Order: sequence, then C-alpha cells, then structure tokens
Amino acid sequence: MEKIFNLQQLINGIQLGSIYALISLGYTMVYGIVRLINFAHGDFFMIGAYAAYFTVILSSAKGFNVPVPIVFLISMGAGAGVAALANQTAYKPLRYKPRLSALITAIGVSMFIEYIFSALPFIGPSYRAFPNDKLIKNKIYEFGTTTLSNYAIIDVVISIGLMLFLTYLVKYTKVGKAMRAVSQDKDAAKLMGIDIEKIIMVTFIVGGAFAGAAGILTGISYPRIFPYMGILPGLKAFIAAVLGGIGNIPGAMLGSYIMGISETFATSYNSLLGEGIAFAILIIVLIFRPQGLLGETIAEKV
Amino acid sequence: MRRLTLILVVLVLVLGVAGLNSACKPKEQKPQVQEEIKIGGVGPISGEAATFGLSTREGEQMAVDEWNEKGGVLGRKIKLIFEDDKGDPTEAATVYTKLIEQDKVVAIVGTVMSKCSLAGAPIAQAKGVPMISPTSTNPKVTEVGDYIFRACFIDPFQGTVGANFAYNVLGVRKAGCIFDVGNDYTKGLAEFFRDTFTKLGGEIVGFESHPTGATDFKAQLTNLIKAGAELIYISDYYNDAGLIMKQARELGFKGYFLGGDGWDSPKLVEIGGEAVEGGFFTNHFSKDDQRPEVQEFVSKYRAKYGKDPDALAALAYDAMNLMLTAIQNAGSTDGAKIRDALKNISFKGVSGVITFDENRNPVKSAVIIEIKNGQQVYKTTVNP
Amino acid sequence: MKFSRNYKLIFYALIFYFFVYLSHRFGFLINDYILHIINVSLIYVILTVSLNLINGFTGQFSLGHMGFAAVGAYISGILTTLIWKIKPTNLSNYILFIIAMLIGGLCAMIIGYLLGLPTLRLRGDYLAIVTLGFGEIIRTIINNIDYVGGPRGLLGIPKFSNFTFIFFITLISVIVMRNIVYSTHGRAFKSIREDQIASELVGVNTTKYKVMVFTIASFFAGIAGSLLCHLLQIAHPTQYGFMGTILVLVMVYAGGMGSISGSIIAAFGLTFMSEGLRLVLRKLDDITPTVQIGIEWRMVVYALLLILIMLFRTEGLMGKREIRILIPEEEEK
Repeated sequence: MEKIFNLQQLINGIQLGSIYALISLGYTMVYGIVRLINFAHGDFFMIGAYAAYFTVILSSAKGFNVPVPIVFLISMGAGAGVAALANQTAYKPLRYKPRLSALITAIGVSMFIEYIFSALPFIGPSYRAFPNDKLIKNKIYEFGTTTLSNYAIIDVVISIGLMLFLTYLVKYTKVGKAMRAVSQDKDAAKLMGIDIEKIIMVTFIVGGAFAGAAGILTGISYPRIFPYMGILPGLKAFIAAVLGGIGNIPGAMLGSYIMGISETFATSYNSLLGEGIAFAILIIVLIFRPQGLLGETIAEKV
Repeated sequence: MRRLTLILVVLVLVLGVAGLNSACKPKEQKPQVQEEIKIGGVGPISGEAATFGLSTREGEQMAVDEWNEKGGVLGRKIKLIFEDDKGDPTEAATVYTKLIEQDKVVAIVGTVMSKCSLAGAPIAQAKGVPMISPTSTNPKVTEVGDYIFRACFIDPFQGTVGANFAYNVLGVRKAGCIFDVGNDYTKGLAEFFRDTFTKLGGEIVGFESHPTGATDFKAQLTNLIKAGAELIYISDYYNDAGLIMKQARELGFKGYFLGGDGWDSPKLVEIGGEAVEGGFFTNHFSKDDQRPEVQEFVSKYRAKYGKDPDALAALAYDAMNLMLTAIQNAGSTDGAKIRDALKNISFKGVSGVITFDENRNPVKSAVIIEIKNGQQVYKTTVNP
Repeated sequence: MKFSRNYKLIFYALIFYFFVYLSHRFGFLINDYILHIINVSLIYVILTVSLNLINGFTGQFSLGHMGFAAVGAYISGILTTLIWKIKPTNLSNYILFIIAMLIGGLCAMIIGYLLGLPTLRLRGDYLAIVTLGFGEIIRTIINNIDYVGGPRGLLGIPKFSNFTFIFFITLISVIVMRNIVYSTHGRAFKSIREDQIASELVGVNTTKYKVMVFTIASFFAGIAGSLLCHLLQIAHPTQYGFMGTILVLVMVYAGGMGSISGSIIAAFGLTFMSEGLRLVLRKLDDITPTVQIGIEWRMVVYALLLILIMLFRTEGLMGKREIRILIPEEEEK
C-alpha cells in the first residue's frame, strides 16, 4: 500500500496534473465557447515545446542566452499563434455548418501539424533532447525519503499562476464577461453587440498560449520532444476536462489534478493500468455523470 | 449515364497508374539484372531508433563500396537498396516484401530492431532469401528458419553478461529493472538479466514496466528506489534510457545504472545529460579495442563519414561483409547456396570472430562500456 | 424482372474480377504489386462501407472502428495460426479459414454490440471520444497479451487471402450492406441521422437501431480485419489504433457520408493515390539522395485532403447519392 500511496507519488501526480491543467483549460474554454473538441489542441502544446527548443538551440549556437521568461513568452506566443491560425483558416469557415464537420476538420488540422513537423527535414520525426539544463538548472531538495525537484515546483507554481490569471480574466474583465456571455448564448450575445468572432479568437489565443506554456514546462520536466508528443497528453487533458465538466474552468483544473494523481498511482501499481486508467475514468464519468463533476445538466430542447 | 462515365473515368485512372507502373519497371530491370547484384538493407531511418538505422546504413554502404572498389562480387557490381522500416513491424513487412518482389534482391542485411526482424524474417524465409540481421538480439529471430542469420550476440547472453557484471564486478546484491512493455527486445533483455541475477544469488527488488512512448517514469522509479535498489537495469533504447536515468537522479537515486546495446548512441548523453555519467552498458564493439582490424575500420569510417562508428555501424559492416563473402564462396546468387555458404563460414569481423552455431547465432564476446565524461570508454571484454 | 439491376451489378463486378484475374495471370498490366494494392483497396472498401453505415447513414460518430477489425483479425488469426495451424493448401483448410473468419466477425460483432450500448446516452462529441477510447483500450489489451505476440504482433499468419477470395467476400459484404441500407432498417438509420428526436416521436425505436448499426458494422469490420491479417501475414496492435481508423475515416468523408459507391471509389482512389505518392516520392529521393524528402509527406497530403474536403466539399465526392447501378430498382418509384 505504502508503495502506491506515498508522498513521493503524490508529488509526481501533482506535477503531472499541473501540466494537464494548462492543456485542459484550453480544451474546456474552446468547447465552452464553440462546442468544438479541438483535437489539434495537443499539437499547440507540442509547438510550444519545439518553439522553446529551437529558441534555446539557435540562440546558444549564436552565442547568447535568451532569458528564461522570454523563452516562455515565445512558447506561449507560438501556441497562441498557431491556435489563431487554425481558428481563422479551418474553424471559422465552418462555424455555422454541422458540428461534425468542424470536428473532422480539427482531426485533420491535428494530423496535418503532426505530420508536417514529422516530415520537415530540420524537425524530423525523431526524438530530440530538450536542453532543459541550459534553461533552468536542476536542483533537488530532499525530505527524508521524498525528493522534490525544482522542476516540479516550477510546474506547479506557473500553472497555478496562469490559472489565477485566467480566473481574473474571466471574472473581472470586460473581455472575460464577453467570453462568458458567448459561451452561454451565442445569439443573445450577438444581439447585445458583442463581436463574436473577436471573442472566439481571444479564446483560442488564450487557450493556445496556455498549451504553449504547458509545452515548455513539459520540455523542462520531461526533456524529450517529438512531433507526436501532443497526442496522448492532449487526450488525457481532454478527458480531465470532461471529468471536471467540459466548459467549466474550475472543473478542468480539478479534473486535471485528479487525472494526474490517479495516473501516477495507477502506474506505480501496474503500468498497464496506468495506460488505461484515463480511458477508464472517461467511460465511468460518461456513464454515471456525463456532465462531469462540476458541470450542469443541459436539457435538450426539441 | 453520367455515373457510369464516372466509374469508367476512375477505372481508366486506376488502370493508368497500373500501366504506368508496369511500363516503368521492365525498362529498368532487364539490362541490369545481368549486371548488378542487388542487396537489400533495412533499418529505421525515421522514428524512435533513427540513429540506429542511419549507422546501419552507413556501415552497410561502406562495406558495399569497399567491395565495389575491388571489382564487386562474382565479377558484378553490388547495389545496396536500403529501405526505412520506421521501427514499425508492419512497415518492415511491407518493405521486405517490396525488396524481394519488386527490387528482386538476392539477400537482405537487416533489420535493426528485433520486432521488425521478427516481422520480416518469415517473409525472407518463405521466399528463400537469405537474411542476416546485424543487430537484432532477440533469440526468436533466427528460430524463424534456416535462411535467417544474425551477426550479433543474443539477449540471453547479453542479459547474463550484465547480471554477472552487476553481481561480481560491481558487487551489487539488490537490483531493479525497468523496461518498455511494448518492446520485445527490452522486455526479453530485462527478463534474462533478472533470471541470471537471481540465479547468482542477487535479489530483484522490482521489475517495472512502462508503456511505449512514456515520458514520465517517476512512478516506477519511485517504486524501485523505495525498494532499495542499488542498481537499476535499464534495458530500454537510448531515448528512453536517457530520460529514465535523468528522472532517477532527480528522485535522488544514487546507485548504478546498467543497460544493454540499445544505449549505443551519441544521443544518450544528449538526452540524459549528467545523469548518464558513470553508467555501464553491454555492447558488441568498442572503438577503443586495439585489435588491428578494429582500428583500421575506425579510421576508414572516420575518413568516410567524419565521425566515429558505433556498434551498429560495426555490426552492419560485418553483416554485409559476411553476406558478400558468403555469396563469393557460394559462387552464385542462389538463395540456398548462399545459405549453405553462411552455415559453414568463419569470418574475422570488426566485432569479433564470427562462426554460426546450429541456431545460426554467432558465438562472440561482449564488451562493457562505461560512460566517462560524456564519452564511451571501454571497460572490459566478456567471453562466452 | 425484379432483380435485373442486381444482375447488372453482379455482371459488371464479374467483368472487373475476370479482367484483373486474367491480366495478372498472363502478366499483362497487373503485376504482384498492383494486385496487392487492389487487394488492400478491396479490404478498405469493406471497412469504409461499414464505417459509413454508422457515421454516414446513421449520423453517429464512431472513432474506434479499427478496434473491431482488430478483434476480427486477432481471433481469426489465433484460430488459423496458433490453434488449428492450417495452411492454404487444400479446400478443406479454406473452409476452416472461412469458419475462423466468421468467428472473428462474430466476436467483433459482440464487441460492437457492447460498444453500441453506451451510445444510447451520448451526444456526438462524447460518443466520438468514447469510441476512440474503446478502440485504444482494445489495442492496449492486445498489446499486453503475450499469447498473441503482444507488441511483437501475431506473426506467421498463413496467407489465405488471395484476390479471388477477397473480391467475393467484398462483393457479398457490399451487397448485403447495400440491401440493409435500402430496407426498413436503413430508413430507420437515416431517420436517426436526420432528426433523432423526431424519429423517436414517430415511433422509430432509435435505441434498437443505434445498437443494431454498431453490431452490423462491427461484424463487417471484423471480417475485413481477418482478410487483412491473412493477406499481410501479420497482425500488429499499431495497425489498429486511432491512426488506422483515421485512414478509414478520411475515405468515408472523401467518398461521401451516406454513399456506398462513394466509399468504394474513395477506398480505391485513396489507396492507389497513397501508393502512387510513395513511388513519386521515392523517385524524388533517388534524384536527390542527400536530401531525403521522405515518405512522411504522404500523411501530410492525407491530412490536407481531409481539411480541404471539410472546408470545400463537406459532402465528399458523392454526397448522399449513389451510382445508379447500386440502387435497387424498387427504390425508384
């Protein structure tokens, strides 16, 4: 028992959960506002990691060191940029078409990003070592049998910081209010004079930026990147969002931590279980409480 | 009627492609079938084990070029057709089929990863095309049939060497294993290590697996550390091994790391950084080996490719040389004759003297390599 | 005659069959490689049409289709390779193979039924994720069963699938599925697609039909899986993951959701295009040996195609229309 439920694993789980949270927020926001499961979201995450990778590699080759916060901003910017691009070119034209089309398109965008990264010769499909030592040196703190890496602290702190920022944005700013309005009722919001497309774009940008941040944090903590790295985390983050109640921001955070911790505990027991637990959680949630932990049931109007 | 036209159009297009395809083939093949001898090479040029495939291709190409400079084999030039199996068994099967059916190769030197060799070998066996895998260490590969050989030692031996080293040389009594549950090579190797280590009297405190492609091993490593492992046997390939070692150190693990030939890549240090320092692994070849044939190979390779060869390049070089020598000895490109020539061959390769036992596995030594200052340093040789 | 159009359909199909068979036999136009591509295309026809039943005709959203194919492939593979150990040497073995294939299909059908049940409560997006998860779970489970080779894959499967066999199984499958589509059941499927609530109100038992379509489609997917692994002589978990389903999905959408003829054309078209691309890229690689352009671009084209179809021609090549030959005469009243 102690083997599984111990402090070390808990810390591992929280670290994992923080990263899932950042990705998950993007999913949940986009779904809340346009009812689209953006399959490509995991790939924004991947792009953030690669953006940081190239920044560090190229700058150190030229001889100078880009300060860490700037690299962060670059990652977030990359994630935001691609998100905006995807929205503009692929999702916006399908805004008023059947939702299925947008979903398929999202799959297409995801595949496209992954395969083109894989095919471009200077990126390539192989794994690359993320130069995390160049960015932030690793420090380990020990408390008895438990160790805490400074990477874990950074992950959690930045993650929570961004979440607080998002909460502030959504609750206390005009843009946030508009976002909430659009996600509640698109047409009414339009009638109130809100520029829907602008708000949707803002949502994508914020979501993409968060995914990018998750990308660079992942590069630092789990320093191996490759073009398909976004698939599995993206899927798990999505499941976390569903667990918490899709469209619900605190729900996504809650779901992500539950997901991260469960996955870590499950893996320590049996790696097969660890692989499957995400899907098991999903199926249980959808059978017993499809609206998620914090979500509300919506009656379907005829 | 319009629909019918549509069908006809499509049919025409389809046939057009078919026609183009066949039309293109005969012109190329007829004059050259008499001239060149085609040998197929297979390895992962893309995917997780890309550095392995690239080294393999380089080793094979170098051998082919050397033979061609001396006039080829059986008086004919040799053409190496190297295909990428992406480290994927399905792709390997497709590529093997293509090489045999389409390119009409007389022999195949490949492939690298055991799971891909296991997919390709039945195809080669069925078609009577002799195959030498340079680096697949899983014993099941040569069990497929009598046309299938390999140029490297097999995992039971490798696992035993590792266990002996851990127990006798490093003095370790408690070891933990971690491996990729989705990869037969890593799983098999870990199992062989475990079996021998236990037989020697050591205790395996944990036998952890991780899914393919995982990046977070902390859960499994935490288990091993808490169970008191003095050494962690990491049978994974370099890309996972590097990460695993890094995370183990982050979790405060201070013991030894030991691994297998999957570690052999410059990227190991790149990915693992300082954590890799002081790690050991079993391998087929070390460039520090002072035997003259090794040093000659190393300097030729350096001259041709501008870098030092790794074990995969050495094994690929040996495998290709083996195959070409066998063809020469057999005096023919007939599959059965080449196979017989291989059975009886005795060959002095860069990676050691190679003769085949009754399972078509070579009887060879292993070397132990230590990572010192980010470089591979030869530690010792272990004989079977 | 009531069945004259069906006869015409079979007639044209037989012409195709004999053409390919004889051409191959006499080395004219169709070599082993082309035949292999045709075989693979036919198998994808079964997969595409069966997925079309769920996604196109009934408007559900299944992303785990290859999971059913995996079940069919592995079950039939286990029977022919591990338990019975038969080879395609004589007729009685072929009969055994057919039995193995049917058992595979039946098992896939049971899984399909089990998957159909949760669909009752789920809306499109969620259904997509659940079916995706299901497919991945199946793949993961197979990956961890050592008896069937786990991550090695199931190897040494005897090559029972040849052109004749595949062609006729495909023909039968397509006709059966076609008939289902144009029957009362088919009408029920389509009504669910158009407006589920309305069809409930007019008395269509949507529950029954939603489960039914999953069951039927999974059976055929299982058959296709058996054919595939007995052609490639290997079954490996990676073939049946999400990426595998995507391949079929693109064919469904490219051909047209709700068009069987569209699915057939798309299956052939995309498979040939994919191989054609491989050849073209290889030639490019030969020209520039230092810069390997890489076959990876093949998938980029696929993805781009999917996006473009969705943006510019959402209904695919055929939309909901069929080539006349496929529509039974009774429909045109």
